[in-house]
Amino acid sequence: MSDTVSTAAVKRDRFFDPLEFLARYGTLIALGLLLVFNLIFTRNFATLQTLNVNLTQVCTIVIVAIGMTMVIGTGGIDLSVGSIMAISGALAPLIFLGTILPVSNIGLSVAVAMVAAVAVATMLGLFNGWLVASMRIQPIIATLVLFIAGRGIAQVLTNGNLQVFRVSEFQWIGLGRPFGIPVQVIIMLVMILIAAWVLRRTVFGRQILATGGNEKAAELAGIPVGRVKFAVYAISGFCAGIAGLIVVAINSASDANLVGLGMELDAIAAVAVGGTLLVGGKATIVGTVVGALTIQLVRYTLLANGVPEAAALVVQAAIIVAAVWLQQQGRMR
Amino acid sequence: MAQTPLLSMTGIEKRFAGIPALSGASLEILPGEVHALIGQNGAGKSTMIKVLTGYHRRDAGTVSFAGQPFEVGSPHEAQSSGISTIYQEINLVPLRSVTENICLGREQRRFGLLDWGAMHAEAERLLATFGIGIDVRRPLMDFNTATQQMVAIARAIGFSARLVIMDEPTSSLDEGEVAVLFKVIRQLKADGVSVIFVSHKLDELYEVCDRVTIMRDGKTVRVAEMDKIAKLELVSAMLGRDVSRADGHATAFDDAQRPKGETVLRARNLKAGHAVRDVSFQVARGEIVGFAGLLGAGRTETARLVFGVDRTTGGSMELNGRPYDPQRPKDAILAGLGFVTEDRKLEGIVPELSVAENMTLSLLPQISRNGVVSEGRQRELVEGFIEQLGIKCSGPNQKIRELSGGNQQKVLLARWLATNPRLLILDEPTRGIDVGAKGEIQRLVRKLADEGLAVLMISSELEEVVEGADRVFVLREGRTVAELEGEAISEDRVLDAMAHGLSTRTEQAS
Repeated sequence: MSDTVSTAAVKRDRFFDPLEFLARYGTLIALGLLLVFNLIFTRNFATLQTLNVNLTQVCTIVIVAIGMTMVIGTGGIDLSVGSIMAISGALAPLIFLGTILPVSNIGLSVAVAMVAAVAVATMLGLFNGWLVASMRIQPIIATLVLFIAGRGIAQVLTNGNLQVFRVSEFQWIGLGRPFGIPVQVIIMLVMILIAAWVLRRTVFGRQILATGGNEKAAELAGIPVGRVKFAVYAISGFCAGIAGLIVVAINSASDANLVGLGMELDAIAAVAVGGTLLVGGKATIVGTVVGALTIQLVRYTLLANGVPEAAALVVQAAIIVAAVWLQQQGRMR
Repeated sequence: MAQTPLLSMTGIEKRFAGIPALSGASLEILPGEVHALIGQNGAGKSTMIKVLTGYHRRDAGTVSFAGQPFEVGSPHEAQSSGISTIYQEINLVPLRSVTENICLGREQRRFGLLDWGAMHAEAERLLATFGIGIDVRRPLMDFNTATQQMVAIARAIGFSARLVIMDEPTSSLDEGEVAVLFKVIRQLKADGVSVIFVSHKLDELYEVCDRVTIMRDGKTVRVAEMDKIAKLELVSAMLGRDVSRADGHATAFDDAQRPKGETVLRARNLKAGHAVRDVSFQVARGEIVGFAGLLGAGRTETARLVFGVDRTTGGSMELNGRPYDPQRPKDAILAGLGFVTEDRKLEGIVPELSVAENMTLSLLPQISRNGVVSEGRQRELVEGFIEQLGIKCSGPNQKIRELSGGNQQKVLLARWLATNPRLLILDEPTRGIDVGAKGEIQRLVRKLADEGLAVLMISSELEEVVEGADRVFVLREGRTVAELEGEAISEDRVLDAMAHGLSTRTEQAS
């Protein structure tokens, strides 16, 4: 009996490949190490307050990164998410403050504002999809169009003014805390669950991965490659629209210059660190969430321990490089 | 041989990851001759050329050029030593002027500045030797493919090339353009420049080449004077078939005669681009129809038309007696067609997905409800096929890229069988597959046909077509040139049609 156990152990040892193990679980291990480090060295880390701060900060990144994961799963990329956030964040206050469309009932006008903002964001995503799928423009160029123009549109919408407001009905999505949990965290969790389920269990999820994994083969197998691309960019726009609303709700103000600035890079980083292949064909929502949390926690750890912001950015970059390199190594064998 | 050769390569060996690509290959080019280099896919032509131009380092063998041992490390070095290559895809700079393209890398200077006047004159002079007078100041992309090719040749000559390698130069040219190219080749020859001409179009070889080297499986199998070798001999040497040899069974197919069912697909005078000019054929229930032909005969291109991947520009198709005109693969799939493509990696598998996911890719609508994949139905189906086809994998969830070629091919077959097709198109179904799996796949195809499936099989392996097919259509340069059925299918008849086309017997008699 003991004999069999030892041979089994030997076998496992021989087949254990440290690099591959790191490639698969590296990000999760890093997250664990960060937690342990903080528990020991960062003051007041193990408090609900800290958890809430981190979760609320990471929320919008995760929400945008969910859409980005799907886009990258098809082998594309969406640079326009930050600008779409700005448009959504500019449009909603314009409506519920009555600037463009006076509605007397505040509840109704907030509802209209939210729906309209997210709908417009989704349409902008569809525009990206049209450029990529129908016009066959490379995704990085196609989405660069709105990356550049989108923020301009947001500024034109608001005449470049800062919109300040105090509308609790709207700001509930950024500041509300049913059962002590921030509303945006609930929104994030719901979206994570839905997206993970879609990728794993649905025909659409399968189509995303097939399109990204081998577009020619997918097309020959009868998969509507064009429609899949339309859909993922629309979803990415939808996610960005929601994230835009949350950001302005938290800030009680909408500044077209700042909402979602640099978000595309944070989202792409989260997706990459999470283990989704940037060339497409393999995508994991859970990975993306872990990736976003890791990046967030690195930033938090450094700032909480007095490392200046500029240095924190460098460390963040180093972690992204390390994560992507490890995944490459894992794939080589 | 009276002349000392310009180039002599002997005993060339080259392995990739232990697998020999060239073993004892040789090539000899005389000064001022046009030499054809031919062979099937994977025969080693391109490897041989890449060894010569320094793109690959040879493992063994000697190369001498102009009487000197020849050792280069890159195509660039080869070019400065007098060997220029003109590739299928012209590698010039389309946005720059003709002059710049011709003189790139050897610009003439005066007082430290570029001497444009001298360079324009030089470009014009070089092109004039081919009888081409164009405005050399205009960007290259303003001109047609043939002219661009002339510019590429002029560039090669400008580097005072003594040997020009042309890799399938005529594949994108129309007849008039080919004539111009041949004029240039004859001009080169008159100037004492040697040409290596790689092509699959037999008529062209006879028109312009002096000698031919035939390669097969990494070896040089035959060197001959062009006017002393008949087309049939050429094709048999290329395919490794002895025309007179009575052959035993080389495949898992048998020759039993079978009753024919009703016609499933009928195609009349299909046309599309340069590759498909006039192809007609029909496939019936329970029948394996073989497409035979040399590389570039238009077999795969025809299959792509039938499956709606590319559009036809002429001709018509009928499926079960009704007009059939697929606009995209989805239409073909809905009409009951399946297509196992030639290139598994490029057009078949989705490497990061599992065996199960790959297998059900065309079947997603049927195994899902409201857009949700039914795991139960998927497992049932996939496990059924894994067992039925004997697919060796650790389970339905193993990634397909970890499987061997033969097992990947079985998964792809299962992908289409699962859709219950009426007509299955197989493009090189056993290429790159080990012998055991090959036999299994051949037996399976036969069994499926016996059960009523119509099969259209493209294969470059002659015995697979001859022994496997109930009816064979021979394609040659985009046209159906022969239809053979039952007893009439034999290797020499197929070879004959591949070599000569329609006007067969007369030419052979002469």
